[in-house]
Amino acid sequence: MAVKNLPREELVRPGSGGCPGCPSSLALRVTLKALGKNTVFAIPACCAVVCLGAYPKTAFDVPVVSIAFEASAAAASGLAAGLKRLGKQDTNVVVWAGDGGTYDIGLQALSGAVERETDFIYICYNNEMYSNTGIQRSGATPYGAWTTTTWTGKTEQKKDMPAILRAHGLPYMATAVPGYPEDLFRKVRKAMSIRGSKYIEILAPCPPGWRFPMDKTVEMSKLAVDTGAWALYEYENGQLNFNLKSKSILEKKTEPKPIEEYLKLQGRFAHLFKPDRNEQVLDEIQQRSLADWERFRKQVECGVA
Amino acid sequence: MIMIDTGDRIAAKAAQMARPEFIAAYPITPQTVIVEKTADYVESGELDAEYIRVESEHSAMTAVIGAAVTGVRTFTATSSHGLALMHEMLHWAAYSRLPIVMVNVNRALGPGWNIWADQSDSLAQRDTGWVQFYCASCQEIFDTIIQAYRLAEMEDVQVPVMVNFDAFVLSHTSMPVEVPDQSDIDAFLPPYRALWKIDPDDPITCFNMLPQSEFGALRKDLHDAHGRVKELIPGIASEWKERFGSYHGGLVEEYLCEDAEYIIVAMGALGAEARVAVEELRREGMKAGLARVRLFRPFPNEVFRRLARNRTFIVVDRNVSIGSGGGVYSELKSGLYGFANAPVHGFIAGLGGKDLTFGEMCEMVRKVADGRAADVEWWGLEE
Ligand SMILES: Cc1ncc(C[n+]2csc(CCOP(=O)(O)OP(=O)(O)O)c2C)c(N)n1
Ligand code: SF4
Ligand SMILES: [Mg+2]
Repeated sequence: MAVKNLPREELVRPGSGGCPGCPSSLALRVTLKALGKNTVFAIPACCAVVCLGAYPKTAFDVPVVSIAFEASAAAASGLAAGLKRLGKQDTNVVVWAGDGGTYDIGLQALSGAVERETDFIYICYNNEMYSNTGIQRSGATPYGAWTTTTWTGKTEQKKDMPAILRAHGLPYMATAVPGYPEDLFRKVRKAMSIRGSKYIEILAPCPPGWRFPMDKTVEMSKLAVDTGAWALYEYENGQLNFNLKSKSILEKKTEPKPIEEYLKLQGRFAHLFKPDRNEQVLDEIQQRSLADWERFRKQVECGVA
Repeated sequence: MIMIDTGDRIAAKAAQMARPEFIAAYPITPQTVIVEKTADYVESGELDAEYIRVESEHSAMTAVIGAAVTGVRTFTATSSHGLALMHEMLHWAAYSRLPIVMVNVNRALGPGWNIWADQSDSLAQRDTGWVQFYCASCQEIFDTIIQAYRLAEMEDVQVPVMVNFDAFVLSHTSMPVEVPDQSDIDAFLPPYRALWKIDPDDPITCFNMLPQSEFGALRKDLHDAHGRVKELIPGIASEWKERFGSYHGGLVEEYLCEDAEYIIVAMGALGAEARVAVEELRREGMKAGLARVRLFRPFPNEVFRRLARNRTFIVVDRNVSIGSGGGVYSELKSGLYGFANAPVHGFIAGLGGKDLTFGEMCEMVRKVADGRAADVEWWGLEE
């Protein structure tokens, strides 16, 4: 569906507390267009709680249960069961959580909910750090990135959260970016059509956290795809399917742009470029990305996800 | 019908008859039987409810909160480490004003691992906003669970309730219990009508950021609800007595207190043991009485201020707040301060399930009467 044909109804009201250029708010707006009004959200501690606004106001036009940081998937379990009792199985139960609430502190509850085949959509907007508390590292922070707990750059790789989810044998998972709203819209709609636990992870380039101008959110998310730093794909019936530019990168029809083009626009990687270029780390990041793509190709070839 | 069974199984029976529509629970000794039996009730169709076998107690309480906001009646049970793991969500449940009912089987916290009776687990949760009952018999467990729903769901209460009883001493000890007909329970406890709920047709945001300007008022509202709880419990207990015959006291069970010079104050199964001690002391000619604390939160200060005239209190605490002392002892003392001069002696005893007999309690009272007792003593430690 073309962007101009997305539903007109706005379920995020004006006056949200997000920063200008907030990737999460942008993605949320598209996501809610796909979900529609018959939706209940569970939101753990994260930026989205700030976007909601403070009592007695709210920026959301769907019911929201704000819940403790590590607890959103468990709250969704209870919500789904309660709505079932009320005969409202058709209501979308959706978690909207950050990467900290997903990769780290909320992993146990998420794993439990997916293993129990809870009928819900878990959406992680991944800004690759704890932005709410002031840009600390998370399990999703990429290697080399500056945060306020990794002043000289993170020394470990991020974990492959989507693979962890797939290992649970869930029926559907997908990745998305705010820069391709029609792709995100389609994936949310797809998730809604499937029973069981669905996981969608949205890369969320965050201007204040990543240190880039706030009018560049959309471009940054597209550049992540073009450089292969982020892969757009879906997982269904045990199959991985790549989408848009990621598909042509996978099929080697397009060369990914050098990852440097993506890194150098972000202040969180500035120490890799000045005062001197850190060739070793830059090369490691590039090689790691290419290796990820080789792994994706093998997975698609062999039909193992 | 008379049912002869253990505290855990009686608790499960009460939960079943209260007709919750949602249960989420995680097993921990000595509460496991409740988790197993309620699952069995649901699978056999004897209870029409959703049951989620969660992966932790933190998730158990969270899932219960999630279900409760959809407006259904909920139940869970835990103990000790499980209760401690729930801590954050206990606050969440109470501040959300959700009328959840939970059983907690009082057990010690490690290390070292100890599965026996000790009330330090729930005492550590006294500031979470939950109403806390403590039971002294299986009959009281049954009656209190049903009454807890009635109380929690009242329009001017809307507070979660924790029903506590001792590990093994009650959880695994069989006693005869009068179980009323389901229709009579239903008449006492009508179906739950939530005052508010999550509904896509009328979207509300629950529990978002709360500014300083509003925060204190909402906490006071919960505090005031606790005040009303103290006024409402006696009425609920007498209505139960009229309908079903059994009665365990209102906020405090008072036994031979009228002319008593020495009043033993205890909570849970120790309260039942103290009753025997009181009878023994009376035989010896000592004017002893018992004030068994049924309700720890809110604390029944008014009852003790009334009882305090010319009495000496001997508090037996099967719990300890390290660095302070026995939980009931300190509550009682601070509640009396400025209202009565009654001496209060505290004994920290029976921790980690160590046996404490009525004979030992008699000895505590004699020690106090003879002026040999310190303000606070640790009782029965191996030398
Ligand atoms: C148990 C607990 N620990 C820590 C916090 C503090 N805290 C709130 S949000 C947050 C980070 C959230 O990170 P993420 O999930 O990535 O969301 P983001 O802020 O990036 O949107 C932390 C550490 C908390 N609320 N609860
Ligand atoms: S810090 Fe980033 S994710 Fe958070 S509200 Fe601001 S732009 Fe959005
Ligand atoms: Mg984050």
